[in-house]
Amino acid sequence: MLKIENLHATVGDKPILKGLSLSINAGEIHAIMGPNGAGKSTLSYVLGGRPGYEVTEGSATFEGQDLLDMEPHERAAAGLFLGFQYPVEIPGVSNVQFLREALNAQRKARGQEPLSGGEFLKVAREKAGLLKMDMDMLKRPVNVGFSGGEKKRNEMVQMGIIDPRLAILDETDSGLDIDALRTVGDGINSIMRRPDKAVLLITHYQRLLDYVQPDFVHVLAAGRIVKSGGPELARELEEHGYAEIAA
Amino acid sequence: MTTSALPSRRDEAWRYSDIDAVAAAWPLPAPESIIVPAGGDFRRAIVQDEGAIRQIELVLGKGAVAALHVLNIGGAYGRIELNVILHEGADFHLGAAQIGGGGQNLEIVTTVTHAEPGATSRQVVRSVLGGTATGTYLGKVAVARDAQQTDSEQDVKAMLLDRSATANAKPELEIFADDVKCAHGCAIGELDPMGLYYLQSRGLPPGEAKKLMLQAFVAGVFDGAEDEVQLQELALAKLGELV
Repeated sequence: MLKIENLHATVGDKPILKGLSLSINAGEIHAIMGPNGAGKSTLSYVLGGRPGYEVTEGSATFEGQDLLDMEPHERAAAGLFLGFQYPVEIPGVSNVQFLREALNAQRKARGQEPLSGGEFLKVAREKAGLLKMDMDMLKRPVNVGFSGGEKKRNEMVQMGIIDPRLAILDETDSGLDIDALRTVGDGINSIMRRPDKAVLLITHYQRLLDYVQPDFVHVLAAGRIVKSGGPELARELEEHGYAEIAA
Repeated sequence: MTTSALPSRRDEAWRYSDIDAVAAAWPLPAPESIIVPAGGDFRRAIVQDEGAIRQIELVLGKGAVAALHVLNIGGAYGRIELNVILHEGADFHLGAAQIGGGGQNLEIVTTVTHAEPGATSRQVVRSVLGGTATGTYLGKVAVARDAQQTDSEQDVKAMLLDRSATANAKPELEIFADDVKCAHGCAIGELDPMGLYYLQSRGLPPGEAKKLMLQAFVAGVFDGAEDEVQLQELALAKLGELV
């Protein structure tokens, strides 16, 4: 589904990714762990097409298409979802209005009919319920006045509504209390654990992986994947720290 | 406000104007005069969509209320000029949006005089400017010596879509009373690139993402207008032309 080969990327002329390769197949959940500054967020932004993140070498394809050649909205329509580490506040724009327009823009790009207001609200209500988010919050401006945990929950509600093929979740677990962590973990499983979908979890900690069991765990250090393994690798990291493993 | 001689850019109230367009329209007809009697209630929406100079003199009697909603979007040069005089306890509200692209020059020039005590005025102005357009707000609030307990506010914001566009904003206070509340705020900025990216990452094409954020930026100025839906639609259509 996602194939990254020898990816090099710079942010403001500073090289961050230095030859990263990774392959993710449908039905798989991958976790990328690594110390601060390893390039985890840069990887998510490069895959999501954020302006200012420049690929200098290598390739990334999604379902056989050249991902790096696509605009952010085209990546979304192709089925890629980026869960933000710091979800953005957008004053004045209501969650539901924005999500309905975004979803229908994606459907249009895929040649599908738009969802009516009623159909959309039904889906939104269902996904908000799944993530235990009050429907009233969905009517409020995007992330404005939300707590850190509410913002992350809102990201997952958006993911549920948009129903992507591949989700890249950048530190979705940070800022969550224990109960919210479980809710978000359950949400990820229920929305994304399907034979035709895949997830790339980016995290510092083992704890999210207790709820969302990864099939593969990778250690990212200094812009490259230095070690890959099964779920046991995450526990090893937790026990011994990055310094020992990544060395 | 009525000027007998053709103004030049040396006149403060015409400093950013398209003087050639003013000359072509000169002499201007007498300003429209509206008098709201004591206790009266006046509401009007003004849509300037073809290029015009509109001058309005508005006098509010004791305890009268007036709300003007202005959408300044059309023509090479569009100017809306309001001269408002408030008597005791009167309340004036202006909600205005000016949206321009290409080489448009749009301006809203207001003078609100609190002539007597206890009157309130609130002006909310939003400008969205692209291309080489110029949008100007010159707003003077004058508080007479006896006009204690005046409460006035000017809330002025402009959004530039291109570095080549220009926004001028000058809220101005002239206060001769000593027990008043006069607030003014003014900000000129660009769309938040991270917000735009966030919306695009969810599938909105860049133009739609900009439109949504700009719609949110001007929304609110037409709150309470009788023609609110129509004003919003006209504003949205104009925004659609700019992004």
